[in-house]
Amino acid sequence: MSNGELTPPVSASDHAAAPDDAPVTLVEYGDYECPYCGMAHPIVKRAQRELGNRLRFVFRNFPLAESHPHARLAAQAAEAAAAQGKFWEMHDMLFEHQDALEAEDILGYAKSLGLDTAQFARDLEAGTYAKRVRDDFRSGVRSGVNGTPTFFVNGNRYDGSWANEEAFIRALRDAVQQGVEASA
Amino acid sequence: MTEPATPAHGAAILGAGTPAPDFALNATPDQVLRLSELRGRPVILVFYPADWSPVCGDQVALYNEILPEFREYGAEILGISVDGVWCHAAFARDRNLHFPLLSDFEPKGAVARLYGAYREGEGTSERALFVLDGDGIIRWSFCSPIAVNPGADGILQALESLGGKSAPARAESFRSDTVEARP
Repeated sequence: MSNGELTPPVSASDHAAAPDDAPVTLVEYGDYECPYCGMAHPIVKRAQRELGNRLRFVFRNFPLAESHPHARLAAQAAEAAAAQGKFWEMHDMLFEHQDALEAEDILGYAKSLGLDTAQFARDLEAGTYAKRVRDDFRSGVRSGVNGTPTFFVNGNRYDGSWANEEAFIRALRDAVQQGVEASA
Repeated sequence: MTEPATPAHGAAILGAGTPAPDFALNATPDQVLRLSELRGRPVILVFYPADWSPVCGDQVALYNEILPEFREYGAEILGISVDGVWCHAAFARDRNLHFPLLSDFEPKGAVARLYGAYREGEGTSERALFVLDGDGIIRWSFCSPIAVNPGADGILQALESLGGKSAPARAESFRSDTVEARP
């Protein structure tokens, strides 16, 4: 059904890696416990390596908590880490340890990242970032996210297969080209 | 307002403005749910081809997750496929589903046919969505390509356009000319 347009557009409240003026913005709606998101993680990393500052990567939470019982806590953990300036570090940690997402595992990751673990634990316990995670989820539903991961390239849903790594990176390169031409 | 929503492959599902044909189907081995019992609040009908198939699983998992949003509109959601009641029971338990799956099993696909959402060749329903208003009138419908999970944004937009987000569900229907269709 979806017209597949990102709603709302990327803003300052998003977690974005790389500069705001990058010609291409890739948005992922993902779930830290979703195996497909785990498979997509290194592919995104590769795209970031290859495209460098030409690619801005944004991650929004889309925990399918009924299927993935640890997904919501993991999403809140990434947000709690973000509050301490370590969103991407926690993001990577969670995706690299998808099979160990119990509360004590997550507290261990916070510790190894040098976070203020007392604050971190309080934030998780109080659900400080539960609403933020839910808001991300709702925005995904509105944007036509139909499963995880769902990607948007410059605001439009990417309906190709991300698992076809070469095609995915080529699509991003093409978008860079279009972006550069559009601004020339 | 009665144009059929025509999907690419040519099937014509019932379109907006059409009274939704009533039906009664088993929700569990010993419980029957009749559509008209839900009159007074919006109803989302989700026809899908089969329990357990990957796309359907994603689709029902998504709707399961979005139930709080649907409930904000006072809406009920019903999944419908030709699978039998025991199959539905196992699938719902496995996926931790919190909404009813109805069994359009005997005569097979009869309800899907009423909605123009039956695939003769495959013997399953289409992947078709209907949003009904509190009077049982179809206000939006959509037939997705069989391999594509249609997501939920269309459903939410349709519910929003009914304008009932905070309105309490009406206790009674004002219509009496509902279509009584078999079964």
